[in-house]
Amino acid sequence: MNIYFDLFFTFAKIGACTFGGGYAMLPILQREVVEKKRWATDEELTDYYAIGQCTPGIIAVNTATFIGYKYKGYLGGVLATLGVVFPSIVIITLIATFLTNFADIPVVRHALTGVNACVVALIASSVIKLGKSTVKDAVTVAIFLVVLGLAFVVGLSPAILIVCAGVVGYVTRRLLKLGKGAEGK
Amino acid sequence: MILLRLFFEFAKTGLFAVGGGLATIPFLRDLGARTQWFTDADLTTMIAVSESTPGAMGVNMATYVGYTTAGIPGAVIATLGLVTPSIIVIIIIAGFLQKFRQSKTVEAVFYGLRPASTALIASAGLSVADAVLVTIGGVSEHTFTVHWPLILLAVAVFVCMRYTKLKKLHPIVFIGISALIGAVFQL
Repeated sequence: MNIYFDLFFTFAKIGACTFGGGYAMLPILQREVVEKKRWATDEELTDYYAIGQCTPGIIAVNTATFIGYKYKGYLGGVLATLGVVFPSIVIITLIATFLTNFADIPVVRHALTGVNACVVALIASSVIKLGKSTVKDAVTVAIFLVVLGLAFVVGLSPAILIVCAGVVGYVTRRLLKLGKGAEGK
Repeated sequence: MILLRLFFEFAKTGLFAVGGGLATIPFLRDLGARTQWFTDADLTTMIAVSESTPGAMGVNMATYVGYTTAGIPGAVIATLGLVTPSIIVIIIIAGFLQKFRQSKTVEAVFYGLRPASTALIASAGLSVADAVLVTIGGVSEHTFTVHWPLILLAVAVFVCMRYTKLKKLHPIVFIGISALIGAVFQL
């Protein structure tokens, strides 16, 4: 299959399988992009999410653009992005035309509750997979726990946390030479 | 020209909304108030539909508002408006990263970013868990309901996809089965 078509359709599939925000997209991305197509690694996905959270635009779109660009340049970035939004355009247009009370239908509500419970499990599994390559020594364990606490309990903005974590990474790695695999160790 | 305006309004939302789809809601509320294209009640419906249909929520919202305002061309144009700033900004950053990939400084910064990014994803997962699996408040402020059937479902999915042969299945299979279980057992 043509590479560009492949990018578009893979991301359209990812868009169609996502229920919720950009985070709910992660398990699907891992399966399609990391495991099946090998367009990115788990570590790269974490990088894209980190950057996607402190740059303009919603995470799902930013991540799609990133992967597409890395794989096939400008056109790749554009096509992956168009792919990921394509199902939304089709599905929302249909629902807005025929079923404006869609979200109030009892069976839809019940099904969605089941989906959300499933999404919790999928994200948990994704976090464990990512954690294996991103949380690997004392410094990164500390960063993980502190950020998790500040984000979930205190509710601090992700963008601020990401910027601070970057500074901490720079200081511990470059100035203090801490952590697994740092130079001088 | 309404399509041009839709494009720019959503490009503005894409440029200033940082984070997940929920970050777009304040911008959309403001947009409705300024343009009278849709009311707050319309917006509530759009949020509910966007959350319960496939597709990233922020994108669904843009498509829905665009459609409500100017039909199918509106849906397409609003969505394109939303993603345009992302495409430009991310391509610039990705180009920069490719150039400095070998840099020790960039490597050091990402060493700190990665566990933080993983923690933010975990935090998002916990928020969903918090919203779905337990209900705090409700009728009186002091009720605290734990939805055991949902917790059971989440744990079952987790165990199946990590520790059994079913882990080879595509995540959408688990989502589909969970939807079915939710509908059948009226979760």
